[in-house]
Amino acid sequence: MSPKNNLSDTILETKALTMHFGGLMALNSVSLKIQRLSITALIGPNGAGKTTLFNCLTGLYKPSGGQIIFNKSSRESLHLNGRAPYCVSRLGLARTFQNIRLFNNLTVLENVLIGGHCRLKSGLWGALFRGRKTKKEEKDILEYSHSLLKNYGLAREAGSLAKNLPYGAQRRLEIIRALAAGPSILLLDEPAAGLNLAETKELEEIIEKVRDLEKLTIILIEHDMSLVMSISHQIHVLDYGRLIASGPPEAIRCDPQVIRAYLGAAAS
Amino acid sequence: MPQISSKTSKPVLRALFSALWLAFLALPILVFRVNSISGIIEYQWSRLPKLLAAGFLASLLWNYFQKRHLLKQESPKAGSSSAGPPITWADRFLARTDRYRWLSLLGFGLMVLPFFCSPYAVKILTTALIYITLGLGLNIVVGVSGLLHLGYAAFFAVGAYVYGLLNYYFGWGFWVCLPLGTLSAALAGLLLGLPVIRLTGDYLAIVTLGFGEIVRLLLTNSSLTMGPRGIGNIPPPGFFGLDLNEKFRPFLVEHLALNPYMDLNKIWIYLIILLIVVLTTIAALRLENSRLGRAWLALREDETACQSVGISPSQAKLTALTLGSSFAGLAGVVFAAQITFIAPSSFSFMDSIYILTIVVLGGMGSISGVIAGAAVISCLPEFLREAEEYRFLIFGALMVLMMVYRPQGLIRSVRSVCSRS
Repeated sequence: MSPKNNLSDTILETKALTMHFGGLMALNSVSLKIQRLSITALIGPNGAGKTTLFNCLTGLYKPSGGQIIFNKSSRESLHLNGRAPYCVSRLGLARTFQNIRLFNNLTVLENVLIGGHCRLKSGLWGALFRGRKTKKEEKDILEYSHSLLKNYGLAREAGSLAKNLPYGAQRRLEIIRALAAGPSILLLDEPAAGLNLAETKELEEIIEKVRDLEKLTIILIEHDMSLVMSISHQIHVLDYGRLIASGPPEAIRCDPQVIRAYLGAAAS
Repeated sequence: MPQISSKTSKPVLRALFSALWLAFLALPILVFRVNSISGIIEYQWSRLPKLLAAGFLASLLWNYFQKRHLLKQESPKAGSSSAGPPITWADRFLARTDRYRWLSLLGFGLMVLPFFCSPYAVKILTTALIYITLGLGLNIVVGVSGLLHLGYAAFFAVGAYVYGLLNYYFGWGFWVCLPLGTLSAALAGLLLGLPVIRLTGDYLAIVTLGFGEIVRLLLTNSSLTMGPRGIGNIPPPGFFGLDLNEKFRPFLVEHLALNPYMDLNKIWIYLIILLIVVLTTIAALRLENSRLGRAWLALREDETACQSVGISPSQAKLTALTLGSSFAGLAGVVFAAQITFIAPSSFSFMDSIYILTIVVLGGMGSISGVIAGAAVISCLPEFLREAEEYRFLIFGALMVLMMVYRPQGLIRSVRSVCSRS
């Protein structure tokens, strides 16, 4: 595990982030900090605004107000508000989706290769004339993709079409594809949704492996409490678009506001 | 690979089935013959057994090669995991490196072929090659990037008119106009692309359809382009300033006993377009297996996911449209040189559909499929000459049958990246 001082540094910060759709306040002035190299979970009842927050972070939505600050390194900090999704992912925020979004009619390997898109540079001329640089680049990304598939247990399926994979493997492939971009933050939107117990266990191992091997920050939205409690360092709880609690798992477990949000207010 | 070996274990039955299927498909073309003078339909049943036999033999041979190919592949890396969908020998044909020998043989054959053909056959062959170039270009837009484009003939027209007009007004030659026509078409593609960046699916189809019609109407109504009368007397491509027929024909006729009426200019055009097809095929193959090609594929599959991996959809769309259009411009210049007369009616909506049919029939995103599709589509009308009025009816029926029984096209696109690694 990384040393304590490493964890204290903030990699991503939102300041009074607000997002409304017409009259609906999906995010209401959410301010939170994500620590570098930590695993942070985002929980909350359905419709609390978790995925909206993800979509704001990754540029799919343009926030109505507030700021998103990304400290790429300790010296370099960037505002993410209003950047196009592809710019955000090029900066180093890779994500997966709640309902899996793979490139279904392409092979598993191709999915990973496409994930590595922003690591490569060659353009049209490189493709047409296939110079030494392009060849090397292609060879490197191919090797890298194979090593990723091998590390996360999909090497045997490299040649099959993504749509033909079993559900759990599709989830895993989406994570691998996100990793191929070499991100500094990995955002997982309900990675355990639809997985059975054994698959969830496997997923937990994968997330831990990602943390140990890739040295990156993970933010995940998850409903599976045992998974959340066992792997996260920090938990943020959203309810009706507001941040109602933040803290380590032990504190969140017995936070009265969180219990109320999940179970309803106790009769007084 | 148990799945494949069990499939190839009954080659005779399969061949029989393929032959029957081929006969059924080709029945209206080869057996029914409309005699337009007496207005009756003649049935040429004597052709049927020949057709069946040919189909049977071809299918048997096909199976044989497929089996040999599989054996060859299995032996070096037995038990490796390339368990994809069953792949036919033809699918892999263009993706294989050790087929270069075969391909160069084929290329040589195609190079000498026109010298032994009638001028009519040379014309058909040239047209087929032009359609291959067009199909490859449209394949980038429709097959690979998934952008439904219904106005592709407009870019074909741009290429043809660039040559026609520059030659008419300034007397510029083919070799100057070839790159200019290509660039102009690419530019037109870029211009079309800029406003449609945000559109997808049906909306894009409508805009491209409109663009195609705008170009055609512009050409019809502008006095600069001679309106519907078109531009005639477009010269053939030069050959170092020599008159080919005068210089070389006597020699060829005398020493090689070739057809004394052959038109060497047309053969020269044929050779040029053959070279262009070779180059564009290589370009298309390379693009498909490049970073750019993968971005197009990602765009086709899922636009949101493609953004999330750092691909700019607008950039991918623009490059696809620009490059696809440039292929059409290239083909257009050659087309103008071949038929020597161009008019707006040669670039109608039906022609766009024609090219789209090539891509769909051949197999979306499959380069070998597009080549096969172009060959079939450009040769069909020649067979259908007697039944000209029913041509599109038969086309339509063919398309329906294809969609029902073989939606992936004649030759399915093979994601060959797994076999290269």
